[in-house]
Amino acid sequence: MSTTHGYVPDRPDGVEGLAADWSADQTAFKGVSWGKAMMWIFLLSDTFVFSIFLIAYMSARSSTATEWPNASEVFALHVGGADLPLLLIAIMTFVLISSSGTMAMAVNCAYARDRRRTAALMFLTAALGATFVGMQAFEWSKLIEEGVRPWGNPWGAEQFGATFFMITGFHGTHVTFGVIFLLIVARKVRSGAFDRDERSWLSRGKGDYEAVEIMGLYWHFVDLVWVFIFAFFYLW
Amino acid sequence: MVNIDEGAHAPPPAEVEDLPPPHATGWWSRWVFSQDAKYIAIQYAGTALAIGFVALVLSWLIRMQLGFPGVFDFISAEAYYQFITMHGMIMVVYLLTAVFLGGFGNYLIPLMVGARDMVFPFVNMLSFWVYLLAVLVLAASFFVPGGPTGAGWTLYPPQAILSGTPGGTSWGILLMLVSLILFIIGFTMGGLNYAVTVLQARTRGMTLMRMPLTVWGIFTATVMALLAFPALFVACVMMLFDRLLGTSFFMPTLVEMGEQLSYGGGSPIVFQHLFWFFGHPEVYIVALPAFGIVSDLIAVHARKAIFGYRMMVWAIVIIGALSFIVWAHHMYVSGMHPWFGFFFATTTLIIAVPTAIKVYNWVLTLWRGDIHLSLPMLFALGFVVTFVNGGLTGLFLGNVVVDVPLSDTMFVVAHFHMVMGVAPILVIYGAIYHWFPLASGRMLNETMGRIHFWVTFLGAYLIFFPMHYVGLTGVPRRYPDISASFVPDSVMTLNAFISAMALIVGAAQVLFLFNLFWSALRGERAQPNPWRAASLEWQTPDMPPHHGNWGAALPVVHRWAYDYGVPGAGADYLAQTDPSRRHGEDIA
Repeated sequence: MSTTHGYVPDRPDGVEGLAADWSADQTAFKGVSWGKAMMWIFLLSDTFVFSIFLIAYMSARSSTATEWPNASEVFALHVGGADLPLLLIAIMTFVLISSSGTMAMAVNCAYARDRRRTAALMFLTAALGATFVGMQAFEWSKLIEEGVRPWGNPWGAEQFGATFFMITGFHGTHVTFGVIFLLIVARKVRSGAFDRDERSWLSRGKGDYEAVEIMGLYWHFVDLVWVFIFAFFYLW
Repeated sequence: MVNIDEGAHAPPPAEVEDLPPPHATGWWSRWVFSQDAKYIAIQYAGTALAIGFVALVLSWLIRMQLGFPGVFDFISAEAYYQFITMHGMIMVVYLLTAVFLGGFGNYLIPLMVGARDMVFPFVNMLSFWVYLLAVLVLAASFFVPGGPTGAGWTLYPPQAILSGTPGGTSWGILLMLVSLILFIIGFTMGGLNYAVTVLQARTRGMTLMRMPLTVWGIFTATVMALLAFPALFVACVMMLFDRLLGTSFFMPTLVEMGEQLSYGGGSPIVFQHLFWFFGHPEVYIVALPAFGIVSDLIAVHARKAIFGYRMMVWAIVIIGALSFIVWAHHMYVSGMHPWFGFFFATTTLIIAVPTAIKVYNWVLTLWRGDIHLSLPMLFALGFVVTFVNGGLTGLFLGNVVVDVPLSDTMFVVAHFHMVMGVAPILVIYGAIYHWFPLASGRMLNETMGRIHFWVTFLGAYLIFFPMHYVGLTGVPRRYPDISASFVPDSVMTLNAFISAMALIVGAAQVLFLFNLFWSALRGERAQPNPWRAASLEWQTPDMPPHHGNWGAALPVVHRWAYDYGVPGAGADYLAQTDPSRRHGEDIA
């Protein structure tokens, strides 16, 4: 983890400031730590991964010769004698968006170096994330029970199952890794590791809560990706 | 006339804390799991050269079959396909990409921008070990039942995963895909480090526009790779699912051996788009570091500032950006809409503009320079000539109407071997001759080096010039034996000649490898900064640089990397750390 002295030169606003930063020495993003810069660049790369997954899906769907299964029927839940389209997915999306909210609150508490609340909100975020993955597992098993496979399904184009499992699976993996890292960072926060004057790979010393913010970047990204997956799979 | 006066000009204050990089505590962490970028660089380059040697041997086998079909019984058609596939993939990904980014990137970025190490040395170390794993998985495919994949280096489906292709329904294609996925994961870990180190860990006074072009080339290529490899990653994952789970991402309805397969509804063209969305930037991921390095070699060994530095930087950036919108020029005969062909031909030809700017600037740097025909300079000159030759045939292939009859002929093979094979490899050699003294403290043997250069350079022309002609007669690529077809005898004679030359050039590479080992142990001791280079990597307190690179204090940079022969300077060159300044010049 790095390491700014906090020295940020005076800069004009807007484009001129941007040009001044990029023409200056040492850092192009003034006051941005190495860890945060790295997370942003990683997310840019990951954006390409997800975009390409989704473009491949769109291409498969728009060029299919057999009919694409009807999303509002396939993803419906049978509750109380009626098929409710989008019920499960609405709850899942709500849970994940809520977790972004708690994550943002955790980051805010981290700015204030509020150890207890930061940890509590991160645990809550992780719990919501785990709930999301759990509901996704439920959705997968329901679809598998109904005969959806990567190589075929009862309703139409076999690319439906293939793209669905691949892309939601890849996203679910991201959420799962996020939950694991949230738990790691939250434990560190709770144990006061960021309030002691010691360096670790997550903190550069006393009062450095930046790991929480970097974790937040990742978490919001995963959430944002879900919005696109939701739109393209469930609303299209 | 420029006046030089001693400037006690205070550089800006430090923005980034100067932390010692992690120190090795034991034998393992020093010599095996090292976190020092310089050591990781040598591990990367060594692994890449080792697997590259396998690709070299494969190229001999390919040429033996092509030059003397039917003579070597052990090269069956299947084996031939496996050889060309593995040769291509190893050279493009596991050798060229790994050497330029993992090798030179790791070694030169921290030294050239004045950092103590990469920003996250542990992640950087992981990058190498995942890369090594990828290489081992790839190499393992030679020893599994069915052998490595013979799908061609582009791995086009559907044939890549069908039983008619070697390794298609056995282990070969699986190991290839898994290895590529591992390579991408490993590269990403390293690439994030290279990019952040350049952006956020430069020393005081080192602005982006004072960085040597080597760093610009490697940096731009790294950013491109971080954005282009995702396409290959996705394509590999999808093909892996097609092969393992029976999905039909890329597989249309097929009848194989009179039997309908369970695939249906997929599009092989989507794979081609994904592959080339990676594949074309990949060409420049290899070429841009080569461009950067060769600019520095020419400036140092011609004792002259690089001509048009800013233009060179912008040309690198523009080439990097444009290379993302030209990919389908590899697909003119894939059946896509002709309008796409028009678009992609246009963008392809536009890339010739920044590329030509670079070539002119190299030549203008040489013009009236004090040219030392040292080994790095020979290789740099060889590169410029070869790149121009290879680039010219690119104009043929970039135009749809000219490309269509030339598609899938040996002309294409000759073209990209000149422009993407020989040219970058000449730069790698030039760079090794240039920086070997820095890394080892010894000079590479000059006599062996000159033999190596002339045999390689002339030999490459004797191989690939005739190959253009072979292609123009219509000889298709990827055919193990064309002797019984329409081709005239003269073509077969040429083929035999090319093969003989390939064996000779290959032998020169063995000499080079010997030179590396021999000189590392017994070579003449190098003087500090033997080439009198101005750039930062030669200004370390020790040569070879120690762990942490800079001793007690980080260097402070006062100028760009190209102050050679400055009038009134007193010295032949002014190192980047030299504080004297031009009269009236403001050093921000």
